[in-house]
Amino acid sequence: MQDPSAEPPFAAMDFSSSPVNRSLSPQDKIDFYRTMVRIRRFEHLALGQYQKDKMGGFLHLYIGQESVAVGAVSLMGENDHVITAYRDHGHALAVGMSMDECMAELFGKVTGCSKGKGGSMHFFAPDKNFWGGHGIVAGQTPLGLGLGYALKYQGLPGCALCFLGDGAINQGVFHESLNLAALFEIPIVYIIENNGYSMGTSQTRSSAYRDCLAQRAEAYNMAWDLVNGEDLYEVRAKTHIAMERARKEHRPSLLEIQTYRYYGHSVADANADKYRTPDEIERYKTYHDPIRLWERRLIDEGHLTAEEAKAMEKEATKETAKAIKFAEGSPAPTVDDILHDVYWEVDEDTEAGNTGRHFFND
Amino acid sequence: MRELLYRHALREALDEELAHDENVVLLGEEVAEYNGAYKVTEGLWDKWGSKRVVDTPISEAGFIGMGVGASMLGVRPVMELMFWSFHSVAFDQLVNNAGCVRYMAGGKINVPIVVRGPANGGTNVGATHSHCPEGLFAAFPGLKVCAPATPADAKGLMKSAIRDNDPVFIMENTKLYGNLGEVPDVGEGDFLIPLGKADVKRKGSDISLIAHGRSVLHCLEAADTLHEDHNISAEVLDLRSIRPLDLEAIINSVVKTNRAVLVDESKPFNGVSSQIAALIQEHAFDHLDAPVKRVCSLDAPAIYSHHIEDEQLPNARRVVDQVLSMA
Repeated sequence: MQDPSAEPPFAAMDFSSSPVNRSLSPQDKIDFYRTMVRIRRFEHLALGQYQKDKMGGFLHLYIGQESVAVGAVSLMGENDHVITAYRDHGHALAVGMSMDECMAELFGKVTGCSKGKGGSMHFFAPDKNFWGGHGIVAGQTPLGLGLGYALKYQGLPGCALCFLGDGAINQGVFHESLNLAALFEIPIVYIIENNGYSMGTSQTRSSAYRDCLAQRAEAYNMAWDLVNGEDLYEVRAKTHIAMERARKEHRPSLLEIQTYRYYGHSVADANADKYRTPDEIERYKTYHDPIRLWERRLIDEGHLTAEEAKAMEKEATKETAKAIKFAEGSPAPTVDDILHDVYWEVDEDTEAGNTGRHFFND
Repeated sequence: MRELLYRHALREALDEELAHDENVVLLGEEVAEYNGAYKVTEGLWDKWGSKRVVDTPISEAGFIGMGVGASMLGVRPVMELMFWSFHSVAFDQLVNNAGCVRYMAGGKINVPIVVRGPANGGTNVGATHSHCPEGLFAAFPGLKVCAPATPADAKGLMKSAIRDNDPVFIMENTKLYGNLGEVPDVGEGDFLIPLGKADVKRKGSDISLIAHGRSVLHCLEAADTLHEDHNISAEVLDLRSIRPLDLEAIINSVVKTNRAVLVDESKPFNGVSSQIAALIQEHAFDHLDAPVKRVCSLDAPAIYSHHIEDEQLPNARRVVDQVLSMA
């Protein structure tokens, strides 16, 4: 057992007293803990099901990064919208999607959030202002811009949160999006979840930068900040400032939230332990784990006991097990289902949907 | 009936739809203050202002993706690609985001966007600016594609496309923008042409010439020659809409004439005509008296030289020659 006092957390400042955190009730703080624990249990048990061949394709686990989605999403109001990349399970659960619909989607079942048509990388819940779940690196960055554009166009006092990985910042469309965001004064907050690796290539081997990645915003005359992702208070405090800048001044921001993933890029990442040392992974787990740090914080603040934390973990395990059962017991889509949800006009049986051939199977 | 230029018919459609729905917004390079690279949007920025008619930087992936995202929240962007040839830099947004997001969301989202602009050769601008991607995009389920040949069709299809709740790509033609044609008077009410309805532009009994876009005009000219010089009665069927496709009209025409020449400015490999040929043999094989033939652009990147480019494209003489080769 390593001594937890040997390496202090990265956090140098205490953000617990920032206005957006001061207003939190003990219950709010406990709910954040519960959501983070639920995400981690969901991911752990999903991994187990993946290894039992219960699902196809890829599985990009969010374990280690939970504080980022939970902290940022906790700040969303009714006119705020969120979109992310393919490591999307954490954001989905954070916005309030059920474990049942998420697990069923992984299992490719018709009860999944996308009826088994999207899979792990493509979770959606427009009714919860969650617009995916996008598989192409940085492909979602102009879509997020569009969400912000629509809010401003319609005069709504909200903003868009657009998450991306550190690997996405070298895609051309991301730079186009930053330029448009600043040029058109779009209410958007871009959040780079920097876990240090774009798949198996480390930050220093993939990106050219001076001090940090978010600094690239300077080139677009855009506000930016660097955030220690292990501290939920800091994530909330700094993201809140950027969201207010978007909502009230229609000015975009670029945040870089430093975080870490414990597993590979996806579970198909055979080299997950080769491009980084076991020591590095262990160090993060021991000293920088966002859930353990939050738990310690709540215990120190007197809002949580170790027993209550344990009980919540158990509860999350039970909930995930129930979701697995639900997914297992749900029907798969049929061949007939393949041809639905392609065209709105066809699905809605409108005159346009009934004019001309839309499909060419025979 | 009054006559309008193709570009003015399009402008009238855009103007009417800006008035019809406050969520309609025009976006694109030079569409506002410059009045449009090809003057399709001329005067609309003056009339509607900077909220409804928006100049974008040269950033196709960025602004097309932005339009797709905005449409998910109910805005109805009509985005101009200065040339459809520039689709290649926005391909991920056009295909994966516009075309697939509804499906991947299990039908919880729809993307009511229009992407429009010219898609044609024949202007001596070389391979990068002369692509005809209507067949390419029609190959992606989730997308709709139209290619109007006349001012009236341009107006009617544009209005239907803007009101459609799925993504519609309209392929115009710089060689058609200056063409005059009859367009119903505004006083006669909303003029809409549904997607998925072909139009017999000339009736005939001996052979079907099936085309879309500017090729329709080559077919009409060829039909005149065939009639006058060779006593052949050619029917000209204008597809207008590639996807959805009016299969019934295609089959009806072939069943009547028993011969078909497909005229398509795309390249022969997987052009629109490839799909039409497959459908004809599947659905009208027993009615054919000859193999289905095609006139496509010659199978090489678009040549620049103005001395020869028209011979790379379908033209009336090539259509006549192909028909006569079947006699």
